[in-house]
Amino acid sequence: MKLIVRYCKPYAWRMLYGFLIKILGTFADLGLPWVLSYILDNVVPLGEIRPVLYWGAFMLFLAVAARYCNIWANRKASLVARDVTRAVRHDLFVKTMGLSGSQTDTLHIPSLVSRMTSDTYNIHHMVGMMQRLGVRAPMILIGGIIITLTMEPVLTLVLVILLPILGGLIFYISRKGIPLYKKVQSSMDSMVRIMRENISGIRVIKALSKTEYEKKRFRSANDEMLGRELHAGSFMALSGPIMGLLLNIGLTLVVIVGAYRVNAGASEPGKIVAFLSYFTMILNAVIMINRIFMVASKATASAGRIEEVLESPEELLVTKAEEFARQGKDVPHIEFRNVSFGYHATPGDTEKYCIKDISFKIYHGESLGIIGATGSGKTTLLNLLMRFYDVTEGQILIDGRNIREIPLTELRERFGVVFQNDVVFADTLRENIAFGRELSDAGVSQAAEHALAAGFIAGKEEGYDHKAAIKGADLSGGQRQRLLVARALAGTPEVLLLDDASSALDYRTDAQIRKNIRESYGDTTTILVAQRASSVMQMTHILVLDEGECIGYGTHGELMEQCDVYREIAEQQMGDVE
Amino acid sequence: MKRLLRYMANFKYHLLLALVLAISSNLFALVGPSLSGKAVDAIALGKGRVDFDTVWYYAGLMIAFYVVSALLSYALSILMLRIAQRMAARMRQQVFDRLLSLPVSYFDRNQAGDIISRVSYDIDVISTSVSNDFVQVVAGLVTVIGSLVMMVIISPPLVVVMFLMIPLSVYYTRFMAKKTKPMFRKRSAKAGELNGMVEELITGQKTIQAYAKEQVMTDRFDEKNEEAVTAYYNAEYYGSMIGPTVNFINNCSLTAVTVAGSVLYLLKKLSLGDISSFVLYSRKFSGPINELANVVSEIQSALSAAERVFRVIEEPAEAEDIYGATELAGVKGNVTMKNVDFSYVPEKPIIRNWSMEAKAGELVAIVGPTGAGKTTIINLLMRFYDPQSGEIRIDGHENREVTMKSLRSSYAMVLQDTWVFEGTVHENIAYGREGATREEVIAAAKAAGVHEFVKRLPEGYDTVITEDGVNLSKGQKQLLTIARAMLSEAKMLILDEATSNVDTRTELRIRAAMLKLMEGKTCFVIAHRLSTIQNADKIIVVNNGNIEESGTHAELMQKQGFYYKLYASQFQ
Repeated sequence: MKLIVRYCKPYAWRMLYGFLIKILGTFADLGLPWVLSYILDNVVPLGEIRPVLYWGAFMLFLAVAARYCNIWANRKASLVARDVTRAVRHDLFVKTMGLSGSQTDTLHIPSLVSRMTSDTYNIHHMVGMMQRLGVRAPMILIGGIIITLTMEPVLTLVLVILLPILGGLIFYISRKGIPLYKKVQSSMDSMVRIMRENISGIRVIKALSKTEYEKKRFRSANDEMLGRELHAGSFMALSGPIMGLLLNIGLTLVVIVGAYRVNAGASEPGKIVAFLSYFTMILNAVIMINRIFMVASKATASAGRIEEVLESPEELLVTKAEEFARQGKDVPHIEFRNVSFGYHATPGDTEKYCIKDISFKIYHGESLGIIGATGSGKTTLLNLLMRFYDVTEGQILIDGRNIREIPLTELRERFGVVFQNDVVFADTLRENIAFGRELSDAGVSQAAEHALAAGFIAGKEEGYDHKAAIKGADLSGGQRQRLLVARALAGTPEVLLLDDASSALDYRTDAQIRKNIRESYGDTTTILVAQRASSVMQMTHILVLDEGECIGYGTHGELMEQCDVYREIAEQQMGDVE
Repeated sequence: MKRLLRYMANFKYHLLLALVLAISSNLFALVGPSLSGKAVDAIALGKGRVDFDTVWYYAGLMIAFYVVSALLSYALSILMLRIAQRMAARMRQQVFDRLLSLPVSYFDRNQAGDIISRVSYDIDVISTSVSNDFVQVVAGLVTVIGSLVMMVIISPPLVVVMFLMIPLSVYYTRFMAKKTKPMFRKRSAKAGELNGMVEELITGQKTIQAYAKEQVMTDRFDEKNEEAVTAYYNAEYYGSMIGPTVNFINNCSLTAVTVAGSVLYLLKKLSLGDISSFVLYSRKFSGPINELANVVSEIQSALSAAERVFRVIEEPAEAEDIYGATELAGVKGNVTMKNVDFSYVPEKPIIRNWSMEAKAGELVAIVGPTGAGKTTIINLLMRFYDPQSGEIRIDGHENREVTMKSLRSSYAMVLQDTWVFEGTVHENIAYGREGATREEVIAAAKAAGVHEFVKRLPEGYDTVITEDGVNLSKGQKQLLTIARAMLSEAKMLILDEATSNVDTRTELRIRAAMLKLMEGKTCFVIAHRLSTIQNADKIIVVNNGNIEESGTHAELMQKQGFYYKLYASQFQ
């Protein structure tokens, strides 16, 4: 809620202005029944038609004013809602883009997406609605009560008694109803899950002739959902008739009490007619306020989720350093000095470390292959080098300079990288390679040539202008990886990082791409994470990782002699070749 | 529309009852204002002369009518809820059943998200519309007609006055609905675009950070954001006119009725109570008319949702077994393909006049570069697709002359994208054979080399594997699917050897398990390992979606064709 207030603040004057107009409009709206009763009670008894017409004209004037003011205020409200939403979304996006790796891990990507989308929609909806109904409904409620009080204080009592009952009822039903709908939602989730499983496993299901079994499985989820839906629905359906009944009982009470008042000479029949009209208006306002509460509570939850992201602390700060002179080629290009790291670990907390005391140096133009079992920390090393996470202990140096002292943008611009399961964007193939960098067409196509992507791109009708489907779904796994390698190569990076970027490529393509990199990117320092020994055997250095520890470092030849694990892997895989 | 109505016809008796309830409940509610008018008349006699008997009489009647009306309307909502939800449940089941009988090609053509949204979102739209709009339309009609009748009874001249306003109101809402429709459509389209972009950019966050392109992406995002909020604003700009304007028209009609009513009262043509109840009726009358625009647009969206749902239900199913199809039994595993022609799309032939024979127990390796179409052969063998001409036979039986079930169950299959579902480890393994005992499952797991791992899980074989499979690595999933295939007694095996993103040690285990699985079966293997390829009795080389050549390793090496080049590249 604080968030909404904060973002609305710059528009405070505009909103105030809108509110005032809205109040005018609401007064005009409320004035109509009042004039109606005045006509019936005070004008009509005069027995002349002319004043009736004058007052009628006044009613018309009020109607026009109400329309004009309300439209005007509604538009102002939409304008504010638009600007607030735009600002919230922008800030949220910028913040999300800047989250550190560990922050993204804790928040989860799907959740970040829904915060960016459905939560900001809720805010948009609420900011607009608050301004439109948030004024009107309470005004009608309060204004209505005041008017009716001055008009007929005793009859108003009927209202005053009825309102809390109605409010309590609404509260009770929604309190009880929401958990029921949560249950419906969860059975919906499990139904969708079964569908998803069936769609992705359709070949297996058909191969095993399990369709009947799956139908039965779906049926039981479907039945469960039906049962819960009926339960929740039947309960929630109570609210409408009960509210209607209460409202109508109130009306009847007004008539009865009114009768006594009139009989006692304390009131006039015209007032009762008008009162009935106000009565309906006020009760409608109560229903409206109920709706506002529902929207507001949803929006408050959303605002909380957004705030959580916005308020996550800046991580990965850059430490100030003295002027730094660029060093010559004799300084290692990349150096890891006793690097240890654990997710959410504090220095010395060795139990949590998943990278333990890693040190190595590679010079410009050299290459490093990292090999090891899944979960041995290969990818983590790259994440640390690119500073998605900060090391827990030790230092990482580039050209002799601690990466903590290098502004993030400057640091990362040195790299060309392909991650495991990297993303192809729903954009042209050219843009997927250029990726926002100012690269010439020639640069793009050259990178594509080297990554062996040019062939399949030429095969597309629109060539480089071919628009890839979402997540590159229209490309095969191998095509995607070649496209990603082209992205990494374009712009001739200082350091090339390939994390298992050839898993979908066959040996031949894989070997050819590595050859192209060696030949055309001689100055680039390459770090390659791989599963296959054949992919790393020609690297200047090879690092064998096992559970975060370095169990072998050297050339292929050296490791074949010294490192049992490496030899085991290599012989096993090379064994095929013989 | 017609199909939806036909669908609703399944519930015709319920609907009839609902109709009766809707009409009577609304008629009861309609009587209210006229009763209160009568009461007001009794009050209007003035101070000291109020006719209490009449007031109490009518007040009592009012309460009675309102109670009955509330009961009826509750009964009605329950009834409609039941109709709508049962209909939705039936639709969901039908769509799902149909999905499972669709050919595999359907799933290659349609995105999972889209199919799912038909079951979750579209059917929901339909059922909401059925339960709300039906009642609303009936109630609206009853209210409009009923209040009209009541108003005519009270004062025909006033009705004439009111009617001057109605066409205006109807015309205006229709006009605005038409005018704003494209804007609202644009609004949802833009919201959809924004969602797509957000999902993409956030998923790619790490890549964007790696290339330090946050600013570029933020600019692009801002553009989309601007478009989305502007579309939203534009829709609201016009949308915000509807409410106040309709209200304005109602207010005008209220004014007209007041003025005209007063005049008539002065002319002694009307009582005060009459004016009071007339005003209440006129409010009732305009209610449904205001709602008209909403209801129409809701019905429209329900109809388009129904169209999407019925499109699935009416999708042609996989070919049925032909009449008198035989049941494959005691399969030995001799597979022949003769003069097979096949293409996914008519213009692009993939297999031309191709023949092959695999004898029982032989190993057929399918090799070729990435994305060359190696799965095509598997699609044909399992009859996920039928060839355009030529024949495929198992032990001499033509594929199309045997039942689908017996054909498919004579193969065991291990694919690259391992498929496990949310259920226990036992269920996942036993999926291969109905009613497999725990002992059999354990034996299969042991053979696949996952027994030790499963034993270490918190609840052993009863541990539930979750959808995102956080508790299983890719390699472990693959071993599970191998165990599943171990349970099958099929004489033929289809196997995809690829083990990407699996580390070397796990790969060794998987490989050992696969070798065990292959024993004594006719195997079709999408081969990635040279050892498998070299030992194959037959190698099929696929390139660019075509079968390039086939033969034994020695034959193909001698031929010095595509295979030779492919093979030689390993040593560069």
